[in-house]
Amino acid sequence: MFRPVSSLASTLARTSKTTALFGSKSAIRGFASASLPLRNAGSVSFTLPEDTFEGYNIDTPSREVTLTNEEAINMYTELQRVRRLEMAADASYKSKLIRGFCHLCIGQEAVPVGIEFAISKEDAVITSYRCHGFTYTRGGTPHEILAELMGRHTGISKGKGGSMHMFTPNFFGGNGIVGAQVPLGAGIAFSQKYLGKNACTINLYGDGAANQGQVFETYNMAKLWNLPVIFVCENNKYGMGTAASRAAANSEYHTRCEYIPGIKANGMDILAVRRAIEYAREHCLFGKGPIILELSTYRYGGHSMSDPGTTYRTREEVQHMRSTRDPISSFKMRLIESGVATEEQIKSIDKDAKKMVDQALAQAKQDPEPPISDLFNHVYAPGTEVPSLRGRVPEETHYFNQ
Amino acid sequence: MAFRISSSFGLSRSAASRLGMRMTFPRLSMAARYNSTTTETITVREALNSAIDEEMEADPKVWLLGEEVAQYNGAYKVTKGLLDKYGPDRIVDTPITEMGFAGIAVGAALSGTKPICEFMTFNFAMQAIDQIINSGGKTYYMSGGQVPCPVVFRGPNGAAAGVAAQHSQDYASWYGQIPGLKVVSIFDAEDAKGLLKAAIRDPNPVIVLENELMYGTSFPLTEAMKSKDFVLPIGKAKIAREGKDITIVAHSRPVQFSLDAAEKLAKEGISAEVINLRSIRPLDIDTIIKSVKKTNHLVTVEQGFPVCGMGSEISAQIMESEAFDYLDAPVCRIAGADVPMPYARNLEDLSLPTEETIYKQVKRVLNVQ
Repeated sequence: MFRPVSSLASTLARTSKTTALFGSKSAIRGFASASLPLRNAGSVSFTLPEDTFEGYNIDTPSREVTLTNEEAINMYTELQRVRRLEMAADASYKSKLIRGFCHLCIGQEAVPVGIEFAISKEDAVITSYRCHGFTYTRGGTPHEILAELMGRHTGISKGKGGSMHMFTPNFFGGNGIVGAQVPLGAGIAFSQKYLGKNACTINLYGDGAANQGQVFETYNMAKLWNLPVIFVCENNKYGMGTAASRAAANSEYHTRCEYIPGIKANGMDILAVRRAIEYAREHCLFGKGPIILELSTYRYGGHSMSDPGTTYRTREEVQHMRSTRDPISSFKMRLIESGVATEEQIKSIDKDAKKMVDQALAQAKQDPEPPISDLFNHVYAPGTEVPSLRGRVPEETHYFNQ
Repeated sequence: MAFRISSSFGLSRSAASRLGMRMTFPRLSMAARYNSTTTETITVREALNSAIDEEMEADPKVWLLGEEVAQYNGAYKVTKGLLDKYGPDRIVDTPITEMGFAGIAVGAALSGTKPICEFMTFNFAMQAIDQIINSGGKTYYMSGGQVPCPVVFRGPNGAAAGVAAQHSQDYASWYGQIPGLKVVSIFDAEDAKGLLKAAIRDPNPVIVLENELMYGTSFPLTEAMKSKDFVLPIGKAKIAREGKDITIVAHSRPVQFSLDAAEKLAKEGISAEVINLRSIRPLDIDTIIKSVKKTNHLVTVEQGFPVCGMGSEISAQIMESEAFDYLDAPVCRIAGADVPMPYARNLEDLSLPTEETIYKQVKRVLNVQ
């Protein structure tokens, strides 16, 4: 039943994405295979700290983690790319290339990346509007994502979704209404079960959304119907500007459903995220039904670009998290201390990530806006459109030829 | 008796009690029209049931969920027998949790199956309207055409009898406003079978508005309707009765009132054309325009509130079309009164269009005594 994730498969998936952008020679793959120290026979083991996991009505996962050097390097690379991508989005927003809402995941990168390294391409992921990182880890390229943010035709949703609405195969957005993605995720799990797929759905929501009634409605049906769904509460401590403790009578989010077991994991540690998801996935695919994970994390920026993020928390708090808990710095230290990579190799990865994103950004800036003719496309499936859709005035009405 | 009305027969006691319904019959204002001794008939309920049954048989990806749909055979018995035939994996009883199960239906539709989501009534779907509109109606567009959503939301809509304000609303214009949704409103058994089958086959989210008081009504079962491929095009109105003096446009149960009024008017030498809209979105304005160009007069009939209603939309679209130049009198909107539905019978009577309301308004528009 349970199929361990093939690291080769995920490596290949990443390699092909890199190849698409950089031609046939992938910097990362070349680096991983040619330059790594091989004295530990290509793999490395870590024991996660004692406080990494807390269980609710279930045993906690093992804290022993072994991964190949190549996986470790790839995980670091993906973390760095997600951060670079978000930094590019931040800068582009500030220079007015991006409009409207834009929610960044800087500080939370271990969540999308750690999840992706624990699941297969057949598994589904759905999340809220803070979705750029997941769009990337689920197969979207930096160029497609940045182009979407800038409302370009080459964007991943053809410029029609923007920051909050990005999709890839088995990634279902990118949803803008707080909490509404949770029943949708259970519906995806329903389809997986109905169609007999050996897959599960990672159903993400924030600590703010955790208080929506429909989340509890979904817990109920997911358990009642034994759906293969992993509820993941990405607890970044603030629902917009409201601290979790001011919004939730019980802010131990993994314990908020007495009939579904829960695990709380350190969401700032990519290995903890990966381990927790692997464990939860096994639980689901063995037919044990839903499970709730709480990934304790932190966003360095505001809720969205219009929020400086400093009125409801102190600058010291943010600085403290950055300097002591950063998911990228801490993983980097692990790689260096364990001999998986040298400082120079890490620098080279960082440089490549920046270069990759910079190239994508430059390309996206030059891309065209969607054609005017696209305004009325994608309201209905091709061939089943309504006869006409009205524009602002009768003369702008669009007629479909059926 | 040719014409059977049994609105509350199908309603289980628990459903009735949840709906706060009196177990009484509605007033029988409709005239007998079909003769069952010479014509094979089918009720709207049976037509809906066979539409679901045939489409589930034809496509294993189609499944159905809702409150009381399985073991109870449906609060209004529309899904009777389907659990026995298809089992609990495909006919799924849900808890009373509209927002949750509507979201599950949409999520399932986004990911490869084709759910039919029954609301016990559309009044309860207001709890789920965000999922219907924001998740169901908009994802295809927001994803640049990557993620289709082939879901059907169906259930009784509009006023029942004596159930007061929270259980008597018509949502046609609410859903009709949303690009990305298609919306049909069923009057008779032909509509029921043809439109529901079309809705299930459509790759877009479709809202199917039924009417509780019509479920038990029998209509002729034509040879065409017996085919497993009997589908009606979504977006085409039906001329239910031809006429030349005035056009009456209606949907759902008021189509019957309009036909009855037309019958009465005919005896006075007034020839009314009755159009059964069938589809709310897309709205078949072409058929209305064509009719108005012939009759030069237009009356719209609906049970929904008058403000921003179907009549308002039809009037505006007629004004924007060449039919405006053919009108000999202003368009007349007949609608539900602009009040929450009252319980008392005399007040309820004043809140809904009847055959008499239509009859009088037609004469006023035509300026005949």
